[in-house]
Amino acid sequence: MYRYDAIDRQLINERVDQFRDQVRRWQAGELTDDEFRPLRLQNGLYIQRHAPMFRIAVPYGMMNAAQLRQLAQVARKYDRGYGHFTTRHNLQLNWPKVTDVPDILAELAEVDMHAIQTSGNCLRNITTDQFAGVAADEIIDPRPLAEILRQWTTFHPEFAFLPRKFKIAISGTKEDRAVTWFHDIGLHLKVVDGVVGFTVIVGGGLGRTPIRGQVVRDFLPWQHILGYCEAILRVYNRFGRRDNAYKARIKILVQALGVEEFSKLVEAEWAHLKDGPATITQAEYDRVAAHFTAPAYTPDAAVGAGFTAKMAAEKAFARWVDRNTHAHKVPGYAAVTLSLKQHGIAPGDITSDQMDSVADLADRYSFGELRISHEQNIILADVRQSDLYEVWQQAKAAGLATPNIGLLTGIICCPGGDFCDLANAKSIPIANAIQQRFDDLDYLFDIGEIDLNISGCMNACGHHHVGHIGVLGVDKNNDEFYQVTLGGRQGNEAKLGKVIGPSFSAGEMPDVVEKIIQVYLENRHPDERFLDTLDRIGIDPFKNRVYEGRAHGKAKTAAKEAA
Amino acid sequence: MSQLIKQAAITVDTWKTLETGPEEAAETIALPAGDVIFPLAVWLARKNEIISCHKRIGLLLQPDERVEDVADDLDYFVVIAVNFPKFVDGRGYTTASLLRQRYHYQGELRAVGDILHDQLYYLKRVGFDAWALKDGKNPDYAVSAGFTTFSDAYQASTDQPEPYFRRRA
Repeated sequence: MYRYDAIDRQLINERVDQFRDQVRRWQAGELTDDEFRPLRLQNGLYIQRHAPMFRIAVPYGMMNAAQLRQLAQVARKYDRGYGHFTTRHNLQLNWPKVTDVPDILAELAEVDMHAIQTSGNCLRNITTDQFAGVAADEIIDPRPLAEILRQWTTFHPEFAFLPRKFKIAISGTKEDRAVTWFHDIGLHLKVVDGVVGFTVIVGGGLGRTPIRGQVVRDFLPWQHILGYCEAILRVYNRFGRRDNAYKARIKILVQALGVEEFSKLVEAEWAHLKDGPATITQAEYDRVAAHFTAPAYTPDAAVGAGFTAKMAAEKAFARWVDRNTHAHKVPGYAAVTLSLKQHGIAPGDITSDQMDSVADLADRYSFGELRISHEQNIILADVRQSDLYEVWQQAKAAGLATPNIGLLTGIICCPGGDFCDLANAKSIPIANAIQQRFDDLDYLFDIGEIDLNISGCMNACGHHHVGHIGVLGVDKNNDEFYQVTLGGRQGNEAKLGKVIGPSFSAGEMPDVVEKIIQVYLENRHPDERFLDTLDRIGIDPFKNRVYEGRAHGKAKTAAKEAA
Repeated sequence: MSQLIKQAAITVDTWKTLETGPEEAAETIALPAGDVIFPLAVWLARKNEIISCHKRIGLLLQPDERVEDVADDLDYFVVIAVNFPKFVDGRGYTTASLLRQRYHYQGELRAVGDILHDQLYYLKRVGFDAWALKDGKNPDYAVSAGFTTFSDAYQASTDQPEPYFRRRA
């Protein structure tokens, strides 16, 4: 992975000094709360329901064991011994003191970590595929360009006060695993006539107004990506709405202008910037790419007789291998997903002790590196198949081997009303209640692949719109209710789920999910996944079952009137 | 009276900004004598008149006013002031970038309005060289610490047109 050099380190150290000074002046009354707010937000610091919430960046999801140990240490020292991995390659602490944050930043800087631009109306953390560099279906490794983009976004002077937040995702695989269709800028790496470049997608996003992004340029040679992003950001910075925060994302501008007119503005701006100093040099690409070379894979890593025998003998191990390992481009290796979706624990939460265990596993079995996925799990990307059994046993002992990746209980979930000030409703208890209902592993495996996503409000941090089953917390007369969508999905065919009808109380949610699952099980053809059956039969059978016996719409009004 | 920072010092501002009230039209407002910063609408309506009776001319641009509309006039201006009604409105950073990088404006580029210590570094990077620090803020501290927050930068901008990767040894 990328190792900081003198300049990278100097800049994050200067950032620590800057923020320490800002906190000092805020405490001394020299900075008002309003003046301090954007400054702390651009260092990942929110003031939240119970305490500040502090968001640490894991740029494009890559981390080494030493960094994770430092996160464990920070969470122990300044928080309550745990953290929460978000859907955008960040670790959140829920209980730090504002006045401790400069010290936390200093300790993070010791291991080349920071919280730069993890919130606020600025260029945010770059995200990518958690299997970058090892995926069997990879076309181009996105990490060198992700790092070059990270540097470009860091302290960009022109775009520090945008109309609203701005998120860039980059994918280099056939199957998009970076939700690129739902980012402000989504970048697909591809090769056309032997030239490496990007398809540039703009104006996607979830949140209050979920919109799929649109292609602004079908092919842009890789050298030009900084200049082209600069052109997009310039158009957005000038013309994006600033009168209404709900209409300020670039997706609204793209919708208002139409993608053709928007593209014209970008191309006109780009004409001035093309081939300028921002053009990436081959030397710079090679310098950065040299940090992402393949580790020293061994040829004897392939499946041994022991592995096959253990798979046959231990069903639990076989299940874990089935769900929690992913194809690797090097024969004999696998990418292991450590599940942060243990039943009964808030999805994405991890204790400091578990972080230490993961760091040990990474050191022992995966070249000392790991990744964070947008599904809120941890990946050991380079594990020898002959080591899988040991990894499984140790992960199991640490509570990190729940075999539910891609299954119903591998829920993606935001912190929700238990922690977040924006939330309309709690999300973690809903996730836990559903996990409890589907706690039987045979049943869970029989149900098969299904994405369940829960967000506590329309800001959609739990990406509910792209869940096969999406759950959205809503506020109805100060009571918490949950709206259900079906048919959303990420990937190349990414689309938004459809709302099935009126919302439900928290207590009803496990039953609602169970009814949806029953309809699927009754109707599925052999080898059909949930989504296949849903696409074939449509949402009506699901709706009818869920609302069976429930007065709603006209019937509900009539019932009310009768009463 | 805001505190003007120029060339790493606190200076006396000799310029007046023409304020147009809601009742006053750009076409008819009286043009004061001396060093005056004119709103864009007044400049566009009274260009010839202003040129004929002012040796030194200043222009005021609001966040939503387009640099393109004065691109051919830039040689007339000794000062261009870019207003930041709120410091979180970042449009003025692009205004400055365009003036300096695309139209090669060489005169004084002044940030006015809600100008605070913590934005000075970015404002300098995009090409401002004068800052009307908001009243009540500490100008000495701004001069001594506000412009040197970071010792270098990754990306190209007005004050450093080469990105760091092109300057690596």
